[in-house]
This record gives sequence, C-alpha cells and structure tokens, in this order.
Amino acid sequence: MIDARGLSKRFQDKKRGEIRAVDNVSFQCQPGKIYGLLGANGAGKTTTLRMLATILEPTDGTAIICGYDVVEQAEKVRANVGFLSTATALYRRLTAQEFVEYVGRLNGLDEPTLKKRIDDIFNRLDMNGFRDRRCDKLSTGMMQKTSIARTLVHDPPVMIFDEPTNGLDIMTAHTITAFIRECRNNGKTVIFSTHIMSEVEKLCDTIGIIQSGKLLVEGTLAQLRDKYSEHDLEEIFVKVVTPHYVAEENN
Amino acid sequence: MSFRNVGIVYRKELTEAIRDRRTVISTILVPLLLFPVLSVGFGSLAVMLVGKAKEETPKVMLLGGADSPAVVDGLKKLDKIEIVPATPDWKDQIINKEVRAAVEIPAGFQTDVAQQKSETVKIYNYEGELKSEFATEKVDTYMKQYRDTVVKERLAAKNLPETVLNPFDVKQENVAPPEKVSGAALGGIIGYMVILLCMTGAMYPAMDLTAGEKERGTMETILSSPISRTHLVLGKFFLILTAALGTAALSVLSMGVSFSVLSHYTSQSAGGRAAAAGLLLHLGPKTVASVFLMALPIAVLFSAVLMTIALFAKTYKEAQSYLTPMTFVVIIPAIAAMLPGVELTSKLSLIPILGTSLLCKELVAGTYHWNLIALIFTSNCVYAAVALLIAIKMFQRESVLFRS
Repeated sequence: MIDARGLSKRFQDKKRGEIRAVDNVSFQCQPGKIYGLLGANGAGKTTTLRMLATILEPTDGTAIICGYDVVEQAEKVRANVGFLSTATALYRRLTAQEFVEYVGRLNGLDEPTLKKRIDDIFNRLDMNGFRDRRCDKLSTGMMQKTSIARTLVHDPPVMIFDEPTNGLDIMTAHTITAFIRECRNNGKTVIFSTHIMSEVEKLCDTIGIIQSGKLLVEGTLAQLRDKYSEHDLEEIFVKVVTPHYVAEENN
Repeated sequence: MSFRNVGIVYRKELTEAIRDRRTVISTILVPLLLFPVLSVGFGSLAVMLVGKAKEETPKVMLLGGADSPAVVDGLKKLDKIEIVPATPDWKDQIINKEVRAAVEIPAGFQTDVAQQKSETVKIYNYEGELKSEFATEKVDTYMKQYRDTVVKERLAAKNLPETVLNPFDVKQENVAPPEKVSGAALGGIIGYMVILLCMTGAMYPAMDLTAGEKERGTMETILSSPISRTHLVLGKFFLILTAALGTAALSVLSMGVSFSVLSHYTSQSAGGRAAAAGLLLHLGPKTVASVFLMALPIAVLFSAVLMTIALFAKTYKEAQSYLTPMTFVVIIPAIAAMLPGVELTSKLSLIPILGTSLLCKELVAGTYHWNLIALIFTSNCVYAAVALLIAIKMFQRESVLFRS
C-alpha cells in the first residue's frame, strides 16, 4: 500500500522565489483499489507521484510504500513500484524485448525468471509481432504496450500512473485504462493522476482533488457527490478548486 | 558496491552506441579514416605537386652577360632550365609566373673575374614559390661551382694547395640514439594526438548519454528503476571512457599504418614523413602502452568532466554549446608541450594536460623519469577521482537532472 505522510516539495525559482509545488499532502491507497489524483495543470500531481516513485525527494514529510520509506529506502521502493507516464520514454535504439530485458535486469531478475516473465507479458499484451523491432520503429500503441511491459516486468505490487493517457488516441488510451483496471483486479495498489473527469469516474475507487499543491478533498465518487450536492464530477471539481484557483491567480 | 548493475548499464549503453550512426562515425570511422586521408592523401598530393614542380623546365631570364660568353654558355647547358633573353618587364614576368627567375650578370663580369676584381651576380626570384625556388637553386648551384673553379685555378696558378682556404673542417655528429632524436622532433605529437583524441572521442557519447537522454525523455524511465544513481552514472561513465580510449587507440593505429604506407612510397622524397613513419614503427608496444597508461587518468578526467558539464544541459544542442569551447582548453596546454624548449619539470607535471603531454614526449624518446611519472600519474588520478565524484554528486541533484 501507499501511505503518504505530509509530503511536501518546495522549489526555488529565480523570478518567483520559493514555490510550494506540493504542500503537506497525506493520503492512503489500499491494495486492490485505484486512487485517482485529480487536478488542473500545475496543481502538483506530477510532483507528488514523482516523489512516490522516488524520482524526486520530498523537502518535508515522507511516504511509506510496501513498508519502505521513500526517503530512506528509495531503491527498495523503486523495486516495488511500476511507474508509467507519458514522460517515461523508450530507448529508441533498443528493440522492445531488449528494453524490457534491460529494466528487468536492473530490477535484479535472474535470466531464467526474466525470460519466463517476458514471454508471459509479451503473450498477454500480444507483443510478439514486434518484440525484435527497434523502439524507434514502433507505432504509438506498440510503444505504450512496451512501456506497460516495462512497468510489469518485475511484477511490482504498486503501480503509479502519471497522466498515462495524455495525448494518446482513443484506442491506445483504452489499452491503458484496461491495463489500469487489470492491475486493480490483480490486487495491486494503483494511484494515477489525470485531469480527465471521465477516466476518474470510470476507474477510481477513491478520488483526491489537488490544487496549488494542497490536497483539498478526498473520498469516493459517491461521497463527493453527497458532499457537494452535484452529480457531475466536473462541477464538483470546479466547486472545490475555484476559491483556491482565484486566490492563486490573484497572487 | 554492486558492479552487476554497472555492467548492465554499460552493456546497454554500448549496444545503443554501436547502433547510433553519429557515435560510430565520431568514435570509429573518423579516427580510422582521418589519418589515411590526411597523411597519405595530403602527403601523396604534396609529393605529387613537388614532383610535378621538379619536372617542369623553368624559364630563367638572362639579364646582361653579353661580354661573358663562358658563364652564359654554362648556364645554357644546365639541365632542365630554359634561358630566355631579357625583356624590360622581367620583374612582372616573375611576379606573373611567366618566368621563374632572372639572373643578372654584371657588365664585364668575366674580365673583372679574370682581373680578380670583386663582382656580384644577382638572382631575382619569387620567394616562397616552389617552382621559382627550384630555378633559383639550379642557377645558384651553377654560379657557386663556377666560383669554386675560379678559386681553384687561382690557387693552382700560385702553386698553393686548396687547404690554404680550407685549413680545417667542422663536422657535427649525433650521438643520441635515433629514437631519442625522433622523439624530440616528433614525440610531442603522439602525446598531443592521444590527449586530443581522448577528448574528441568522449565528447559525443558524453552529450548523448546525459543531455541526449534528457531530451529523449528516457532519463525519467531509468530513474524510476531500482538502480542506484551511482551505478547508473558509473555505467555511463565507463562507456564514455571506452569511447575516449577507443578513439585514441584507433587513431594511433590508423596513424601508424598510414605513415608506414606513406614511407613505403615516399622514402626518398618526403624525409619528414618517412621519419615520422620510422618513429611510429620504432615506438613498439612498450612505448605505446606507456603513453596509453599515462593517458588513462586524463581520459578518466575528460570523461567525467565532459559528462558533468553535459548533464547540466537540457538538450543535445545546449550540451554542444557548452562542450565545444572545452576543445580549446585542451588544445592550448597540449600545443604548449610541443613548443621547443618547454621541458618536463615537477611544477609543470602538476598541470593536468601539459604534464602528460610533456611526459609522452619523454616516453617516446625513451626517457623514463620515474619520479615525475609517479607524480603525474598520481596527480592525474586525483584530478580524475575528484571529477568523477563531482559527476556522481551531480547525478544526485534534482536541480541538475530536472533543470527547467
């Protein structure tokens, strides 16, 4: 599971001074559930997820993932996490199989296990037709499948998706959302960030709305509808975010 | 420290490098082809041009000499010279290369010489122009031979031996072994080449593996895997080092082969290049290994420094603009070592590139100053270690990895 405890991240900007990208964010994600982090561009979603994936180190606070501390035991956390975003590109000069093998080896898999795991994943994702094709020759859909295979190769119990469907066509995006659902069904802890309301409505067991680096509200979709007396998630989002958004704009 | 992960990163980077056209061109093809093209190509061209210049029968204009038939006849009989009659625009003709030289025989020259009066024969030429210099040389040689004949006749007339004018000879004789002579003359070039090529070999992969990775979006992919950043940077570093040493090794190999081929064809006509070939053939594996051993810490230093600088850049182009000026930082001390009179001292040994360059010169000449070798190797190892530590530190810094 994921247990974020007062996660904060501050950056220094020459023009704007100190920026609180993430400010004291705490939440929990349970195995077999999908936690959706919903926010506008620049709300702090990516920074939060990057801290969970140990790509960035929190300025304050921490998170415990599968019993490991993201600050103190970053490498062990990464071994238990699969991280997928549109920013995690493929090595273009490697073939799809070489790329997944590379990540598998870095995750400490021995060769027989790695081979079996890759065969399983490539069969499941129907990737055998392009396993020996270089990544720079793959279509967008093939690239996404290869990225998925990369996150799955070490069979991590926690999956982190940072706006995974951003900029993708409908069919490729559908592959990704189906994969996220499959992760949940396999008992994995899943967190994903997005600003697409329909994805959240379809997928998430728990929703957290983030703006200006602060987690403003969280709950199930039903709880949020009750609380804000709105059925449409977009309306709920606007109601929650608007006061903070206006304050931020004024600043 | 787990070297397994370092090895995994290294193998992956090597696979990618071999498949990258730009890397293959900069680290394999350029060093292999550069020297054959530069030395054999340009060398052959130079030899061809010199040969062609020598084959031409230059026109030499005769100014005066009507009352000195013996001298004029002698000049006319010279091989491969065409004596042409004087015209008032002889200077312009030399400048326009219609005539290669002009020789001015003063009036009454032969009579004056017979009466033992001093005279001056002038040769007018186009300085620095090869064909003009060949013509001048031929006329000059003839006039000097004529003078020697006159001197001999005068001595004979007075029953004096030739030793009157030449009481003793002065001769220079080299006692230094040939490899030391070649080393002093050309040894600096070897060190310079190895150092410069280590730098150029490291440059492209240093940019590709850092700024290039950021630009392609794979940095985030690799940072989300459980490898430690120290292992990651070491794997990348070893690939850059391999490229640096590989480029230098291929270049020296290519240079050796090119020069030996060149010396085979031009042993007579191109003395300097033949000497260079001789030097390279003479170097032997021990000297080459010594030069490479001394270049190793320098290659480590370059690889780490270039990687650290390139890591700051967000894109490949930005990295290029940072690293290109570094070439001058390397060239200047390397060239300084080739200047005559700059010799290896303990103070100069501590200057990273200069010390190694000077030492390579000594090594090629077969001189082993063990105390300075130890000093240079140790100091370079310290510089290289510091540079590598900085590179590792930079890889931990989010402000560098995710600079926006």
